[in-house]
Amino acid sequence: MSDIEPAGAPTGEGGEGRASAAARLAVLHRAGGIVTPLITVLVAFLVGGLVVVGTTGKNPLTTYRAIFDGSGLNWLLPWETCSDPCTAALNFQQTLIIWIPLVLTGLAVAFAFRCGLFNIGGQGQYLVGAIMAVWVGSSFQGLTPVLHILLAVVAASVSGALYGGIAGLLKATVGAHEVITTIMLNWIAVWVGIFLFGLGGPLQNDAQPWVPVSNDVAESAKLNVFWGDPILQGLHIGLFVALGFLVVFWVMLNRTTLGYEVRAVGFNPEAARYGGISVSRNYFLAMAIAGLFAGLAGSLDILGWQYRLNVNDIQVSTIGFTGIAVALLGRNTAIGTGLAAMLFAALVTGTSTRNLDPEIFRPELASNLTLLIQGLVVLFVGADVLILYIWSLRRKARLGRAAPG
Amino acid sequence: MEIFLARLPRGARGVAWLGVLLGIVAAWVMTPPVMLRSPVVPMVVGAVAVSLGVFAFTRGVRRLGAGAAVFGLLGAGLGLLTTQSGEAHLESVVVWSALFAAMLRYATPLIFASIGGMFSERSGVVNIGLEGMMLMGCFFAIWGADRTGSWAGGVAIAALAGGLLALVHAFFAIHLRADQIVGGTAVNFLALGITGYLFIDIYKDTGTPSDIARIPDVHLSFLKDWYFVGPIVGQLNLMIWVGLATIFIAWIVMFKTPVGLRIRSVGEHPRAAETVGISVYKTRYAAVTLSGVLAATGGAYLSIGFVGSFNQNMTAGRGFIALAALIFGKWRPFGAAAAAILFGFSSALADRLPVYSESGAVLFRSLPYALTLIAVAGVIGRSVPPAAIGKPYVKQ
Repeated sequence: MSDIEPAGAPTGEGGEGRASAAARLAVLHRAGGIVTPLITVLVAFLVGGLVVVGTTGKNPLTTYRAIFDGSGLNWLLPWETCSDPCTAALNFQQTLIIWIPLVLTGLAVAFAFRCGLFNIGGQGQYLVGAIMAVWVGSSFQGLTPVLHILLAVVAASVSGALYGGIAGLLKATVGAHEVITTIMLNWIAVWVGIFLFGLGGPLQNDAQPWVPVSNDVAESAKLNVFWGDPILQGLHIGLFVALGFLVVFWVMLNRTTLGYEVRAVGFNPEAARYGGISVSRNYFLAMAIAGLFAGLAGSLDILGWQYRLNVNDIQVSTIGFTGIAVALLGRNTAIGTGLAAMLFAALVTGTSTRNLDPEIFRPELASNLTLLIQGLVVLFVGADVLILYIWSLRRKARLGRAAPG
Repeated sequence: MEIFLARLPRGARGVAWLGVLLGIVAAWVMTPPVMLRSPVVPMVVGAVAVSLGVFAFTRGVRRLGAGAAVFGLLGAGLGLLTTQSGEAHLESVVVWSALFAAMLRYATPLIFASIGGMFSERSGVVNIGLEGMMLMGCFFAIWGADRTGSWAGGVAIAALAGGLLALVHAFFAIHLRADQIVGGTAVNFLALGITGYLFIDIYKDTGTPSDIARIPDVHLSFLKDWYFVGPIVGQLNLMIWVGLATIFIAWIVMFKTPVGLRIRSVGEHPRAAETVGISVYKTRYAAVTLSGVLAATGGAYLSIGFVGSFNQNMTAGRGFIALAALIFGKWRPFGAAAAAILFGFSSALADRLPVYSESGAVLFRSLPYALTLIAVAGVIGRSVPPAAIGKPYVKQ
């Protein structure tokens, strides 16, 4: 065991499952900074590339380049010129639109993780937020814009927090495993959503009784678009909310008593209890705050660009699940989550039917390639021992060179 | 006969069971074929059931007594609801034989996957990748049946694919000691990606072929004219019978053979198991792989037995319902299967409820998840998982 741990890592933390997931993650943190996530991503893309060659015989580099262009990331390259209307800018706006909820659902997973809880329920909390936002946004006509937006966003965040809080409360009071409860809550949210907006449902569209969709969000509840054309799905001000919450996340975890307690519980609940920290209170709070992030993500998507929620979206949405991959790859830190969210947002946008050039690669195939890469990333990120092992081999090799004889 | 009589529950327990039974009767008499229309009947019968439950509760049979009271209330409530419905609607919805047959069809994939999950989790490896393994089974059964031209080939290839994916999960969970929840999440993503990619790549826009070799039905012609039983089991898919047999085989293997003892000991106390010479790693590998094979077999039934085609993400949460059934059934074969059958019944009923309310029937689909949430919250007896579940084991 000891030969595969890097210097400075506390010994025995990976052993016999005594350590919580968060403690195991702490080992990973010390193992290789930003290097291990990069290796993970590279390996995942490598395997993805092999799949592309193996099944279609196409050049994976051309394919990846097309996905890169589709995501609009080429807009950031200084040597790329862009004529008007600039496709790259339009694509990049789409990527950022996806980036916003991915950051927040990623933070929802990351925050719970820092408390030693695995929040699989980001999807459910996101949906509850979206449902609440679309209901508040389409009701209460005639409010002033700022008030209407605030009301919808706060209502969605609070309901997300309550929904996440259910899992936290069950964990804190009866010890029900949060993974099981959040999986169940996810599906309950899905079916409740389909019930509400499906044909004959209580919140189904008043004007079109034959379409399973919600009412449209009122103009007064729509978020302002500050980059691009509002009619062509421009970038909304939710971007600043997401950026702001990255800061909030960091400050809350690292500069407040709450964050200190949450992290203490995450490292070792028994020690935290011994130190006078209420473990159950923190379990509840961590899940509620996680739910708040995810619920907020749902409201920003509804008020920012979707403006309505249809039953099909509820069924196929995977934003909350992708949030798991985002948090894991970003190692549950603020900066990491922001970067990982950018990677997955670019992948999702770059492989969408609208953005990927079908001449180069079929978008339907590419979107599944995204899922594959996502799966591989999660798989490898979970295998901290493997990465630690490779890391220690490298260290040994370096030490061997440094001290010959 | 006397042996049976001797085993009947007596005293307060017997009273409580009678209450449960009466609760069911309260609802049953209001549905076809008996179909009484008077609201008095379910109220009286339900009240008797509740009072029997309360009696048993005060005599110390707490859980069963409370259960009887709940059954009494539910029975009376459902019975009263039927009086609100037209007779024609009631007759079209409550066709017991058709409901039971549909229940078995819906339950079979769940039974396979939850029994599979039981092997994995009893050995100490959490398997939230059941959904993905089932999805692999769905696709590769179609692909295998398409390539080999026989349904048996399809099932075999599906089982192989599910087993391989499970092997990946096992390798990361056991040898690399990765977090098992993360691994399971990854497996679900991978299965979505792999099946979706291959589906588009191989079948393009046309979808899976319509003349695919299907798993045959078993015709029991001698049963055909039997009252009630005939319409249910007279013509069931072969895989449904295999699924029912799997429950018994799993029970025998898990509780009556050394193999089962090994699996359980590895899941409860791996160090102790290792001390007496059981290989923790080998046992866990075998159990996890078996879980993938079984989940994929359930998926194979879904695609080439039940539906006859493949769609992206066609399992749509069935793997998670199977996981719920496993927890609801307290990690026991008969418990898990009973929960799977209960969830199957709720699906079968949900199919017929749109007569009353299209949207209400949808809400009914969340019942399995809500029930499991209540179960893990400890309201109806706590579900306690195997002791070493989710914990990686380090050889010494």
